[in-house]
Amino acid sequence: MSSLSRDEVARVAGLARIDLTPDEIDRLAGELDVIVEAVARVSEIATPDVPATSHPLPMTNVFRADEPVAPLDRDAVLAAAPAARDGKFLVPQILGEDA
Amino acid sequence: MTNADLTRLSAAQLADRLAAGDVSSVDATQAHLDRIAAVDDAVHAFLHVSAEEALATAREVDDRRARGEEVHALAGVPIAVKDVVVTKGLPTTAGSRILEGWVPPYDATLVERIKAAGLPILGKTNMDEFAMGSSTEHSAYGDTHNPWDLDRIPGGSGGGSAAAVAAYEAPLAIGTDTGGSIRQPAAVTGTVGVKPTYGSVSRYGLIALASSLDQAGPVTRTVLDSALLHELIGGHDPRDSTSIPEPLPSLVEAARAGASGDLTGLRVGIVTELQGEGYQAGVLARFHESLELLQQAGATLVEVSCPHFTYALAAYYLILPAEASSNLAKFDGMRFGLRVEPAQGPATAERVMAATRGQGFGDEVKRRIILGTYALSAGYYDAYYGSAQKVRTLIQRDFAAAFAQADVLVSPTAPTTAFKLGEKLDDPLAMYLNDVATIPANLAGVPGLSLPSGLSDDGLPAGFQILAPAKADDRLYRVGAALEALLEQSWEGPLLAKAPELEVAR
Repeated sequence: MSSLSRDEVARVAGLARIDLTPDEIDRLAGELDVIVEAVARVSEIATPDVPATSHPLPMTNVFRADEPVAPLDRDAVLAAAPAARDGKFLVPQILGEDA
Repeated sequence: MTNADLTRLSAAQLADRLAAGDVSSVDATQAHLDRIAAVDDAVHAFLHVSAEEALATAREVDDRRARGEEVHALAGVPIAVKDVVVTKGLPTTAGSRILEGWVPPYDATLVERIKAAGLPILGKTNMDEFAMGSSTEHSAYGDTHNPWDLDRIPGGSGGGSAAAVAAYEAPLAIGTDTGGSIRQPAAVTGTVGVKPTYGSVSRYGLIALASSLDQAGPVTRTVLDSALLHELIGGHDPRDSTSIPEPLPSLVEAARAGASGDLTGLRVGIVTELQGEGYQAGVLARFHESLELLQQAGATLVEVSCPHFTYALAAYYLILPAEASSNLAKFDGMRFGLRVEPAQGPATAERVMAATRGQGFGDEVKRRIILGTYALSAGYYDAYYGSAQKVRTLIQRDFAAAFAQADVLVSPTAPTTAFKLGEKLDDPLAMYLNDVATIPANLAGVPGLSLPSGLSDDGLPAGFQILAPAKADDRLYRVGAALEALLEQSWEGPLLAKAPELEVAR
């Protein structure tokens, strides 16, 4: 198993959309390295013949009755948003200049 | 009866007095609010106290009773709710700065049921940020202190709910348990906590940590109280597609039957892998004394081996971060909670999201999201996440084999008693080991209960864990109530009676 380098932590933090300070990257690289080494044991017993389980009690095709219900109150939802205008969420530009 | 005495009653005792008309819900609720005012500066179990709303509910219940209306058995009994559960009109932060000041526009299903039954909600309890932790030290809003020793942790993530109940600030509380967050705090605070079968209690309105592991459940001082609360909040909910579409077993009946102390014919499986190395001597001593009591009550003890449990912690710390990294992607600074503009450069949505999460998430949340993102990223998925899911299968098979030999499985709930605040904060792996005995149940979806087994050599409470097959939650209550009755006979009262009296602020 690979160890978690400083560069790798910075790359993954980028994927996870979390800005980290250089100090945080240093600390996380050390901590995550230890954790990853510990959890990598799972591959010791995960042989190809063992099926994967994603859910404790498997259920399939769970439907509810197709009856319309009232949605949440729009104003109440927008009241909790960081910014709103004209009954809509107000968000920053979605695409960068170079997109 | 004085107000102070009202806070010492169990929920069942208080419910009886309310039904008999001996006390009003307003008096009972006020007594608990007074207790919170007196001790919560020291304990810090609550992030928000909703006194006005609680008293309004109490008045309404008293009026309904006065008019002779049929009300729920727990109507008027106050309750505290973990801050990871959304409550319409009450701030809900999940212990995170990223949700500071957020007031949800809807109720979780379990909160709807609590409100419909007329239980006054005293407030929201402290927790590790997004339920990531075993000590409540990862809350963005300060530590909760263990009522047995204010320098020690109350467990986590639901340390606030457990401490509130242990400090007589509430007779009932709601917890959530993803890897032990109900049971481990119960163990270290000398209280009772139950993680129901996965799907027994609706997850609608819980701020999700790991969706395939999360389960809400009762936090109380007695086994019967947990059964009463579980029956109230449990049962099918069409808004949660993983909710079990069947009625609950009779939990209260099982607790009442168990209290007779007769366990003739019951087979109790002692899990070899959940004892020994890493477990404190006093914790093991109390565990073995409890086993003797079960045997005296007519149970047969068998040793069962669950060889793959030794891999449970590793699998859990891949599955949980992977699911959490996905669930927490919704905290993007767009629709609710904090929004932070980047210090420099263009404020695009992507950069706002990264700046918001960099500032709004605490250390443990960052650690786990990055671990989860890593485990799910290209090139590592099969080795990490894929392997962890296979381990999950092997653990389920261990449980199936063990439950063929035993009706319930038992272990100490946590390997140690409460440690000092700050002691394990800088060592994530040591912190994770607190949940070594509780995690297998979450991976397999089976129910688990923790009740106090006595005081360890250091004078702090230890916990006894009972596990049952999926959908057989009633067995937890039968066995738990029996053991509780036998232990309390030997202690000549509840264990919490031995806790030091908290200094009361005036």
